[in-house]
Amino acid sequence: MVNRMQDNKAPAKTLAKPPAEKKSKWTKDDTELSILALPTTIWYILFCYLPIFGIILAFKDYKITPGASFLTSLLNSDWVGFENFKYFFTLQDFPQILRNTILYNIVFIVLDIVLPVGLAILISNIYSKRKSKTYQTLMFMPHFMSWVVISYFVYAFLVTDKGLLNSMLRAFGGENVPWYSTPAAWPFIIIIMHVWKTIGYKMVVYLASITGIDSSLYEAAVLDGATKYQQAKYITIPSLRPIIIMMFILAIGGIFSSDFGLFYQVSRGAQQPLTPVVATLDVKVYQMLTSGTVSLGKTSAASLFQAVVGCIMILSANAVVRKVDRSSALI
Amino acid sequence: MSKKNKPVSGDTLSRLNRINPTTNFLFNLMFLILALACFLPIIFIFIISVTDNDIIRKEGYQIFVTARTFSGDAYKYLWGQRQTILHAMWVSIYVTVIGTVLGVMLTSLMGYVLSRTEHKLNNFLTILVFIPMVFGGGMTASYVINTQVLHMFDTMWILIIPLAVSSFNVTIARTFFRTTIPDGIIESAKIDGASQWTVFFKIILPISKPVLATIGLFLAFGYWNDWFQAKLYIQNDNLKSLQAMLDSMQQNLDYLTKNPTALLTTTSDLKKNMPQESVRMAIAFVVAVPIACVYPFFQKYFISGLTVGAVKG
Repeated sequence: MVNRMQDNKAPAKTLAKPPAEKKSKWTKDDTELSILALPTTIWYILFCYLPIFGIILAFKDYKITPGASFLTSLLNSDWVGFENFKYFFTLQDFPQILRNTILYNIVFIVLDIVLPVGLAILISNIYSKRKSKTYQTLMFMPHFMSWVVISYFVYAFLVTDKGLLNSMLRAFGGENVPWYSTPAAWPFIIIIMHVWKTIGYKMVVYLASITGIDSSLYEAAVLDGATKYQQAKYITIPSLRPIIIMMFILAIGGIFSSDFGLFYQVSRGAQQPLTPVVATLDVKVYQMLTSGTVSLGKTSAASLFQAVVGCIMILSANAVVRKVDRSSALI
Repeated sequence: MSKKNKPVSGDTLSRLNRINPTTNFLFNLMFLILALACFLPIIFIFIISVTDNDIIRKEGYQIFVTARTFSGDAYKYLWGQRQTILHAMWVSIYVTVIGTVLGVMLTSLMGYVLSRTEHKLNNFLTILVFIPMVFGGGMTASYVINTQVLHMFDTMWILIIPLAVSSFNVTIARTFFRTTIPDGIIESAKIDGASQWTVFFKIILPISKPVLATIGLFLAFGYWNDWFQAKLYIQNDNLKSLQAMLDSMQQNLDYLTKNPTALLTTTSDLKKNMPQESVRMAIAFVVAVPIACVYPFFQKYFISGLTVGAVKG
């Protein structure tokens, strides 16, 4: 995206040939545009940049000075260097949380590309366009549901004594399974729910790109006797490559973050005994933040760790893509 | 022979290129199952909400409604509680409307300014908008700033302002203004003596309805579905939206199941006020239905918005 911003700027700069005059003069136009941008700039400073400076907390042993403002309290607190990080990294469940976050994300990245692209190719082949539209609309629905509402759906399926799943198990002669206290089942439940919520919308996004592919490519392929499978392999998928790569970079950039609602709401609070299999970094930070017993400094350290590794991931994913295929790079 | 020499039209080709009918049938079947899997849970919730509570207790959730299992009690109960429900709905609507208007305003203003590449601060603002895309202070830092510095804990503003702008939406707006609005329009207006203010409100906004609609819809659905802000920042029940109400109901229930002794002692009030199974499902249904009814009409804006944002160049 930024790439293009710069591309657009380049011609504008070359057009402004007499730079000595144009560059230095601040016109009325500039003032007016700056005023227009002011409200949003203030928003960015308050809600994006103040928090970035708020990360100082992670290096302090934050103590409230009675009667003083936050800033004074912060300045009066002692510097502790990396103590807060040390606390976080030596937490007993830290390796588990890191493992959960990364493994779930790797599974999601693979499934989020393979399934929607596959389904988009399949649905584009259905004869009836009306039927195809209906399927798309129905499959799009979960995208608009919040995780709170979805957690009620899941509850109706999984709750031990009344749930639909257990009723079905009983009908086939099985026994009730207490799903909400069976950790082994949860990796599957989490993955299924993620796919359920996102598949329709991702499929439609890929389908929009597929319908944009020049149909003469397929016509030529048919004349050469290409099968449907060959068309998908040599035309459709290569045409989708840029958008797949972009989705991939974004997903890699988010590999240390997770959809809080999925892990927290669907598991009804990520409590024991499910914690070991559903707790991710976001869930842990939330639990630290709301526990009331963990200091703000330690919680900030956890959050900052997540932000920093996330940033490193997105920049390096972009750098790799840039090496391989410059035009697909994001930045 | 002669047939072969005829030029093959595109239509015949696409007919030739069809999958065979059996495959078509199988694909249809598969997508029908997937579509139902995506949509049926909401129906299932509805069926539970109109099932008699005694039946639920004895026989579990039912898949069908029959005269024997039907009961409108849940909705009667909701009607009895309409003050609470309507108030929560009012909060949801208020936050959604104010937030969407504010968000569209802030986003399109910034998008427009960024699209004016001759602006002296263009580079600076581009970077300002870009950095939050790759790096943020994280949940904790935001929490501290919002509560300690901006003092927005337990106010309506915390539900509205922090969600109003996103760099993604600003980029969509910027791309739209850059690519679809000819510079000539703006130049000629300026020659006629219009200020940027006039240009933006009198010329740009009226011709940019598609992108404003897309961003507005992204925001509206985001606000309607938001429960996280309320979970973190809202304690006052009067400021709870439908989603937040649904969320705290579940939390109370979990608290009760985790602490059975609480039933006997202090929180027996909680137990008394805890709506029954069918009522909770009825509330979930009431929250889900407006969106389920409305989204098919707006789906195309979402797709166009997503592709504008996602496709480079």
